Amino acid sequence: MKVFTDIGEYLILMRKVFSKPQKRIIFWERMLNEIQGLGIESIGIVAFISAFMGAVVAIQTAYNIDSPWIPLSMVGFTTRQSVVLEFSPTVISLILAGKVGSRIASEIGTMRVTEQIDALEIMGVNSANYLIFPKVVASMLINPVLIVLSMWMGILGGWMAMVSFGLVSSNDYVDGLRVDFEGYTVFYAITKTIVFAYIISTVSGFYGYRTSGGALEVGQASTKAVVVSSIMIILFNLILTQLLLT
Amino acid sequence: MIEARELNKAFGEHHVLKNISCIFEQGKANLIIGESGSGKTVLMKCLVGLYEVDSGKVFYDNRNFSEMDFEQRKTLRQEIGMLFQGGALFDYMNVEENVMFPLDMFTTRTKEDKLDRANFVLKRVNLENVNRLMPSELSGGMRKRVAIARAISMNPKYLFCDEPNSGLDPQTSGVIDKLIKEITDEYGITTIVNTHDMNSVLSIGDTVAFIYNGELWWRGNKDTILQTDDKELNNFVFGTELTSRLKQ
Repeated sequence: MKVFTDIGEYLILMRKVFSKPQKRIIFWERMLNEIQGLGIESIGIVAFISAFMGAVVAIQTAYNIDSPWIPLSMVGFTTRQSVVLEFSPTVISLILAGKVGSRIASEIGTMRVTEQIDALEIMGVNSANYLIFPKVVASMLINPVLIVLSMWMGILGGWMAMVSFGLVSSNDYVDGLRVDFEGYTVFYAITKTIVFAYIISTVSGFYGYRTSGGALEVGQASTKAVVVSSIMIILFNLILTQLLLT
Repeated sequence: MIEARELNKAFGEHHVLKNISCIFEQGKANLIIGESGSGKTVLMKCLVGLYEVDSGKVFYDNRNFSEMDFEQRKTLRQEIGMLFQGGALFDYMNVEENVMFPLDMFTTRTKEDKLDRANFVLKRVNLENVNRLMPSELSGGMRKRVAIARAISMNPKYLFCDEPNSGLDPQTSGVIDKLIKEITDEYGITTIVNTHDMNSVLSIGDTVAFIYNGELWWRGNKDTILQTDDKELNNFVFGTELTSRLKQ
């Protein structure tokens, strides 16, 4: 029953979130700040993880090719497919659920327990719209950019590993990257990313917004936001893959 | 004038407010006193609509707040200023931005106009040259004063203060009390103050409502409160070492 209550409360909150902002200029200012806080500040970690994961995927693929009948260009092909289809949109979104989700939940949760949200309500401000809506829009705009960056870094990391360790030549790797490339795979990845960005920002906003108590409860809300966002991402990954790829 | 009519509020089995009816007069500092847990804060939050009452009505100058929809309440709330226990200043804004926030949200004034108003209200609460400071850089008393400045920036008709002296030393508490009283008199605001500080009661209590176990137990003012023979009220008023010695 608790799950249904939570879903009901989530939907009621979303109705408040997705309403017309009080002042458009303030909404834009807040959204740009959120793009900076939630997106730009995540570039470093996304690039670092993507480059190393791309390298690992390429090394593992090269290690597993022991038949002379399989061309070495397969390493580039496999790395591209793994990174574009699954690693960048899903794994990086899970990492962002941890980094961005906990930030959103703890920020809004702290505002709740220090009565800052009450102060907004007293002034006549729709606090859910003011606090959560810019984060949702910012995440849905900036996360696809991060994911495209992650794809580039993953593929680059694989190339660097192959060239530096001498496992596959640069030409073979690049040839593999070009084999059977379908633009639809990128569309699929971006679509998943946008859905995951929506999940991360709204679920985290929900848990932060309904925090009550003190510092302990803010920590619990933050943990719960990350756990539930991650579970929802895994669940929707399956649903979207089934819908978009089959 | 704000009128509470037969307010009831319960959290689960715990009946916090029991049939409270009370009038808070315009141009006066109306104090609500009572022990911790007596229901003062819940009453205040019911009056401003942060909690929905289970039954009863709240009227703001004969406007039925309880029956207003979201948009109507939003409009009325622009006439309300509230000072929270901890100040509730927005952490990510500096002092100036905090004070200008209601003006940014609800007015179409120019930036210069808003800045002038912010500087005026900050000066009114005796704060100058703090515009660029963040809330974390302010002392408790300064935070409260910035919160008062923010609360009065829109020229409210109603001012709510929840435990304005909590966490402050007696001297700073006196400054905050004096400020609340001056602003109330100056602008003819209906001010409601939640407190358990007897110094506040005796210095600014134009009207005093004593809440005991969720009930409105006693009504009077700063002059009559010391002469009552009500046992529960006397226990509250003379409950500290200092006040009991003064009584003796």
